[in-house]
Amino acid sequence: MVKVVPPVDNAKVPLTKPVEGVGGKTGLWRTMYKPVVDSSKCTKCFLCEIYCPGVCIVVDPVKGATINYDYCKGCGLCTDVCPVKAISMVPEE
Amino acid sequence: MSAPQTQRPLPPLPAKARGIVLPGDTSCPGCPIPIAFKVLASVFGDKMILVIPACCTSVILGTYPGQSLKAGVIHVPFASAAAVASGVAAALKMRGIEDVQVIAWAGDGGTADIGMATLSGAAERNEDIIYIMYDNEAYMNTGIQRSSATPQGAWTTTTPVLGKLEPKKDVAKIMIAHGVPYVATASIAYPHDFYQKLMKAKSIKGFRFIHLHAPCPPGWRFDPMYTVRIARLAVETGLWILYEYHNGKLMLSPPSQPYLDPSKRKPIEEYLKLQGRFRKITPELIKAIQQHVESNWEWIKKMMS
Ligand code: SF4
Ligand code: SF4
Ligand code: SF4
Repeated sequence: MVKVVPPVDNAKVPLTKPVEGVGGKTGLWRTMYKPVVDSSKCTKCFLCEIYCPGVCIVVDPVKGATINYDYCKGCGLCTDVCPVKAISMVPEE
Repeated sequence: MSAPQTQRPLPPLPAKARGIVLPGDTSCPGCPIPIAFKVLASVFGDKMILVIPACCTSVILGTYPGQSLKAGVIHVPFASAAAVASGVAAALKMRGIEDVQVIAWAGDGGTADIGMATLSGAAERNEDIIYIMYDNEAYMNTGIQRSSATPQGAWTTTTPVLGKLEPKKDVAKIMIAHGVPYVATASIAYPHDFYQKLMKAKSIKGFRFIHLHAPCPPGWRFDPMYTVRIARLAVETGLWILYEYHNGKLMLSPPSQPYLDPSKRKPIEEYLKLQGRFRKITPELIKAIQQHVESNWEWIKKMMS
């Protein structure tokens, strides 16, 4: 086993820290449409959460899928992967 | 109905990735990389150190002082991912840290072209790392230049007229030839299959290689909503074959098993026509791709027997 030198004062080391929104509120990237979940159709299968490239869907086993519009980039992929078509793209207000 | 559901534990994919892969990265809409990261995080949690050479991922994770991943990340020069990962794994071992996985995470350019020498070296030394090549089939963040993993017939900014004329370099085969303990192919369209493969890789010591197919909307010229659909079509047409190679044996993975039978495969045109990069492809090149697919399946059959 090697002797480990204790880390120097973190404040002086240029280490990045994990943060939400490192690229800003990416929800601003959406231009015309946003995805909306029809919770009466949602079967809580988790697929949209697994696939969402914006990492902004959370599926609750009771309430179903919820989209965080602060970060949703509006790619529309969730509408394509949902097996029961519970998500659709609607014009932004 | 809802009561028993609340008591059932949540599936690790995606629940274990929550809070580890964070929203707000700068990847393009429809990018395959965050999809893959959620699978990685579902397997390793924050107990992983990613060694990342120049590629889209170096950009999309964000700039100092923040990053969109709650795990260790080391950004390294283009050719060095496998070498640095080897060193990090050795350092962890010296310090007696056993629960953290070192993963080299590199694109096709950083693997099939520029990183090939260090990759081959690390494989030959059987370094205790997992190497994942996420393959978006060109140099995307520098402006869609061809790599050796770009498929035949594809337009790129450096193959602008006829498309690329040479077939795709098969890096997984090259890794099998190194005799490493574990080689697998995966696809972002089959996250559960990818999950199983990472779990298997996690249980094995030594050099492990996973070649991950990752369609890129701006580079392949398709609507960002189709990233998963296109990745799935690559498997359903037989173009991308999912398998594992372990202990000298090749096993076809469940999503690819039906396509051993050529009549079950969808026509490759279905895959090509959704992508603008194949818009000007000639019938001759389509035939050449078809032949390439056939010979890949012949090779699979030979390896399975
Ligand atoms: S539109 Fe795209 S980013 Fe927004 S929730 Fe759907 S999959 Fe996620
Ligand atoms: S994919 Fe569709 S059905 Fe499944 S959890 Fe998401 S919204 Fe619900
Ligand atoms: S260019 Fe492609 S791989 Fe790179 S960030 Fe954009 S979608 Fe992702």
